[in-house]
Amino acid sequence: MSFLELKDLRVHFPTDDGLVRSVDGLSFRLERGKTLGIVGESGSGKSVTSLAVLGLHKGTRAKISGEIWLDGEELVSASAEHVRTLRGKKMAMIFQDPLSAMHPYYSVGAQIIEAYRIHNDVSKAVARKHAIDLLGRVGIPQPDRRVDSYPHEFSGGMRQRAMIAMALSCDPELLIADEPTTALDVTVQAQILDLMRDLQQEFDSALIIITHDLGVVAELSDDILVMYGGKCIEYGSAEDIFERPEHPYTWGLLGSMPRLDRERTERLMPIKGTPPSLINVPTGCAFHPRCAFEPRTEGKGRTVVPELLETEGGHLVRCHLSLEERRATWENEIKPKLESA
Amino acid sequence: MSESPEPLLSVQGLEKHFPITKGLIKRQVAAVKAVDGLSFDVVKGETLGLVGESGCGKTTTGRLITRLLEPTGGKIVFEGRDISHMSQSALRPLRRDMQMIFQDPYSSLNPRHTVGAIVGAPFRIQGVRTEHGTKKAVQDILELVGLNPEHYNRYPHEFSGGQRQRIGIARTLALKPKLIIADEPVSALDVSIQAQVVNLLEDLQNELDLTYVVIAHDLSVVRHISDRVAVMYLGKIVEIADRKDLYESPMHPYTTALLSAVPVPDVKRRSERERIRLQGDVPSPINPPAACRFHTRCWKAQEICRTVEPPLAQLDVRHQVACHFPENVPSDAVPEDAGTPVPG
Repeated sequence: MSFLELKDLRVHFPTDDGLVRSVDGLSFRLERGKTLGIVGESGSGKSVTSLAVLGLHKGTRAKISGEIWLDGEELVSASAEHVRTLRGKKMAMIFQDPLSAMHPYYSVGAQIIEAYRIHNDVSKAVARKHAIDLLGRVGIPQPDRRVDSYPHEFSGGMRQRAMIAMALSCDPELLIADEPTTALDVTVQAQILDLMRDLQQEFDSALIIITHDLGVVAELSDDILVMYGGKCIEYGSAEDIFERPEHPYTWGLLGSMPRLDRERTERLMPIKGTPPSLINVPTGCAFHPRCAFEPRTEGKGRTVVPELLETEGGHLVRCHLSLEERRATWENEIKPKLESA
Repeated sequence: MSESPEPLLSVQGLEKHFPITKGLIKRQVAAVKAVDGLSFDVVKGETLGLVGESGCGKTTTGRLITRLLEPTGGKIVFEGRDISHMSQSALRPLRRDMQMIFQDPYSSLNPRHTVGAIVGAPFRIQGVRTEHGTKKAVQDILELVGLNPEHYNRYPHEFSGGQRQRIGIARTLALKPKLIIADEPVSALDVSIQAQVVNLLEDLQNELDLTYVVIAHDLSVVRHISDRVAVMYLGKIVEIADRKDLYESPMHPYTTALLSAVPVPDVKRRSERERIRLQGDVPSPINPPAACRFHTRCWKAQEICRTVEPPLAQLDVRHQVACHFPENVPSDAVPEDAGTPVPG
């Protein structure tokens, strides 16, 4: 069994306006030492998924079904108290905005020490030394002094480093990073991405990185999962997704993005329309109102939800177009436009 | 794009220092030098991109040009008129020609006004009468930016982020301005929507002969949209050049580092890319490093960088750089110490 395995995870939120299907039947596996990138636009369900894995949804608000297996333990049916003992020790999260994820009244060190002492029976002095070590490891200068600083005294990049130190304090085996660099400047982002790569190799942990930035995913991920409207619409190795993408939505994401590593294209190729509301997910394929290839499905796109099917070597695609058609379209219509124009 | 004698906008030695005060009598103890001596020209019909990391003063620059802030020093000349210290009432007629697109489409639209009222406001404020009435004019503009004219009576909350940004653009365009300052126009939007808005801005520029100053931190977006690009660091321009020159042969080490830091979606070559990793963060603009402000993070820094400030010098055709040890210098003027960058 894989280290982490999600089986048909569903996270639904009943609201006055109707049922919000934030995550609707998501399955994937992740091994130790591997990195999974989850890509999607706002409202695609990527953050809700990570909060579900960590057991951070309120039971009264969210209706969660399906299975989450972490190292042989099922988490959806486990008691909240049990999941709490795993959180921090077995799995940890790096949040997008370190300013709001840290407590402003406590020093950075105190927050790391607290997390460490909950899971480890050690004295304050030992925990403090551990916190200083960690801050040094993530590249905070003068960690023995900065351990007593408050979050507001840190710059954005340093806060994000401190958050990473906090998440790593108990050597978690699963680390989830939700938009870890979105709030950072590009030179600092590069430092943090390097740091995460190094630390993952050192700890051999499983890493899930959630972002909307395809460049960031490409830098770190072994496998990539593309989400749309609460479902996985394409899954594959990083090469599959960037070299042989098969879903029209993935094509659209690639076409929307100006790239520094290629000749400048005259025009971007955006996806028409906007991401769907999760209360009224379109019938059939959730992407069909925005899909340029919907007419080729002979109406199936509007009525039938396509299955997530394997094309080759673990590359999964949820699309009504036939495999031959998708490959021909990518090779003949999409790829040439992305590369030249 | 030849150097026309009369630029639409000319900025000379622009400065903005925000005072830091202390005590009861608000004694000034220091100043944040947000913008510290900028000079550049924007020619009609071109797009100037201003890039830099947070705190480099790019937003302040945008607000100074539109005179939402008053400069501490320097000159802003718009269409041959010095507007640096013009009074608000004298500026008002000029605002027709100079408009701004804001970053956040949620906070820049009044939630209690309808789209019609928002986009129609410029007509009302400037007292502009149109042939078929304001409503018709507003609906025409809504159509131009790709919104349904029937949405005239809707409120901003009924629209998505991308549509709201289009409403903001429609308001900007209402009076057919000559110069548009766009401050991070797409950074709050989803990837697929970003591309729609970038294309819209380009179409509008061609159709209406607009001149843009685009402020952004995303180097790929700036390359896509700009004709000329200025790179800012701690309130100063460190390099300004035509797009192609800047991206293909950057001369300032900071530009090189910025470009190499952008994550690139190329899986095949991710291990072999040459990276320059800057250490640390951008220093505080309250006490910027002396002389060359980049020397604390620069791998090429020498003694001279700590003592003498490099001037913004013309090293190639339309390519200006402020550095003692520039790279990619075309002629024989290669300085002796242009060593190879330290990777990693």
